[in-house]
Amino acid sequence: MTEETVARFDIRSVQVLSPDETVDEELVPDLTDDQLLDLYEWMKRSRRLDERAIALQRRGELGTYAPAIGQEAAQIGTAFAAADDDWLVPSFREQPALMVHGTPPEKVLQYAMGMEEGAEIPGGEGALPPAIPVGSQPLHATGVGWGESLQGRDTVAVTYFGDGATSEGDVYEALNLAGVYDAQTVFVCQNNRYAISTGIEKQTEAETLAQKAIAAGIEGIQVDGNDVLGVYRVANEAVEKARNGDPVMIEALTYRRSMHTTSDDPSVYREADEEAEWEARDPIVRFQMYLEDRGVLDEETKAEIEDRIESEVAGAIDRAREAKAEIDPADMFRYVYADMPPELERQFEAFERSEEAERVPDGGVDRDSGGGLDG
Amino acid sequence: MAERLRMVEAVRETLRAELERDDGVVVYGEDVGRAGGVFRATQGLMDEHPDRVFDAPVAEAGIVGMGVGLAATGMTPVPEIQFQSFLYQGFHQLAQHVARIRSRTRGTITCPMTIRTPYGGGIHALELHSESFEAGFAHVPGLQVVFPSSPAETKGLLTAAIRSPDPVVFMEPTRLYRSFREEVPDEHEIPLGEARVVESGEDITAIAWGSMLRETLDAADEVDASVEVIDPRTLYPLDTATIVDSVRKTGRCCVVHEAPRTAGMAGEITARINEEAFYYLEAPIERVTGYDVPVPLFAREDAYLPDADRIETGLRRALE
Repeated sequence: MTEETVARFDIRSVQVLSPDETVDEELVPDLTDDQLLDLYEWMKRSRRLDERAIALQRRGELGTYAPAIGQEAAQIGTAFAAADDDWLVPSFREQPALMVHGTPPEKVLQYAMGMEEGAEIPGGEGALPPAIPVGSQPLHATGVGWGESLQGRDTVAVTYFGDGATSEGDVYEALNLAGVYDAQTVFVCQNNRYAISTGIEKQTEAETLAQKAIAAGIEGIQVDGNDVLGVYRVANEAVEKARNGDPVMIEALTYRRSMHTTSDDPSVYREADEEAEWEARDPIVRFQMYLEDRGVLDEETKAEIEDRIESEVAGAIDRAREAKAEIDPADMFRYVYADMPPELERQFEAFERSEEAERVPDGGVDRDSGGGLDG
Repeated sequence: MAERLRMVEAVRETLRAELERDDGVVVYGEDVGRAGGVFRATQGLMDEHPDRVFDAPVAEAGIVGMGVGLAATGMTPVPEIQFQSFLYQGFHQLAQHVARIRSRTRGTITCPMTIRTPYGGGIHALELHSESFEAGFAHVPGLQVVFPSSPAETKGLLTAAIRSPDPVVFMEPTRLYRSFREEVPDEHEIPLGEARVVESGEDITAIAWGSMLRETLDAADEVDASVEVIDPRTLYPLDTATIVDSVRKTGRCCVVHEAPRTAGMAGEITARINEEAFYYLEAPIERVTGYDVPVPLFAREDAYLPDADRIETGLRRALE
């Protein structure tokens, strides 16, 4: 009988810009001043959209909305590393990443206004719509990354999920299948420490979430998710590896500074001093100080950026409202199948008749005409 | 040139032809590659197309969910779920994503996936290898549910399923895989959503699909009446017109399926007949179905499955 260790693993953790503003110059990614300002502007734009969206929800204009406040660096740093023709496969909190990748903000608002139009992917933009069931979409990203590889293209899929999702079986299947099929996929786990109210310490006994990749035989790496330079650095490496058929899982350590969704009250399960601690580590504040220190950002540029964002977000809200005013309820029948099956057509016709009856006072609905949805 | 094939061979020949025809078709699933599938439906295909036929890890949610991504990149996934009961492990992907991706993106992303799965009893299999969850699949808007009942029908329907722009659950009756041979034309496509009038008759309409069609034809031979036998072939979309026209002619109807009775497809078919042919009925519609019990282990399986005797009794009751 012998006993020996047959495998050993390490999880690397990367931080470029520390909370106390010290910078590891060797790890600073190779980005121009314009690109740095772009990162900053995207983070600000996402934050502002989320703030306005919460206010709109409170006024009853939006349905349930999941803000990403506090997670901007994790999302924007990773999405920024993806090429324009790469795919984004989001969960339901990835408006920052989606916008960087080309989704107009009014689409985000339309979705939150209850319109499928918001889940339409504008032509040429490689993205899947928000996925509501927790942890279900990484499998789609594996399929995308596999499909691209099968067709001899080097396009990558970048998918997002949270800490809670790693408890779902589908996430493990996605990681494992990606390894088996050399899928060109990057898995971004935003460990924001809470799955609604359940803290990470109740989610798993695993020391890191990145190590969940190890069981699937792919690389797992941790990064300070509130450090946009670190996130970009790690994501850039991961995307290049994935392009060559080596999937990677990134665990971005971050904090969801506001609520899970607008239906949630975090004060029930979170302590104020913990929130204050993370407020001090806010990704935007941290990066702004870095840019100011480097002389990339001055007061004038900051004001320009803020003005631009304000008018863009206001324009997006106006356009979303206009789209909402024009919705046709009958659309719900039109996109279920490529060709509407006869039974659905009968229901559709009955629906159209009942709509007509509502529009015309005393308009008669023919009760004998069959269909089943009359009245 | 037509060949005489068993159903399982018809599946294989269809997959072979579609892999040849369309570079986008990808066949994958547990044991489908090297072993050629536990029923040998995919035998030899991996040798011919090593770049598009794959063994998959044991991960049904993954097999179904990856199809959404493959389809998004422009491919046509044709996965196999080894037995229909294991599709329960992927049902959430089916209902939450596969069936909805077209409508929730207003047609910008679609999923032309065909999930092949053997279903039903009669082969003395293990527990959870004999289920017929067809009504569950038919209940999910966005899916099509297709049943072949013979080798030629398999070729025609599977060809149409793979070429369909929308997802299909293709339910292959396990007990018919090797039970008989039939001429199968080389080029053969049967449009989805069209029923087949298998036998014309005047006195009663019998409706059966997949595994139950042959039992129903046997029963029809035993009753002293002219039985019109209809195979709907797809349960969604269901060819209501053919069924209703037939019942208007015969005035009587018996629906047969091996799935449990409650909330089964016979209930839906009965409701449609009531909506559109109620005043033509001369007797209550009969249902001959499995019982509302888990499909028993094989020592009691024969007592569960409708057979020609039970169907004959059902026909006689509806004829009274």
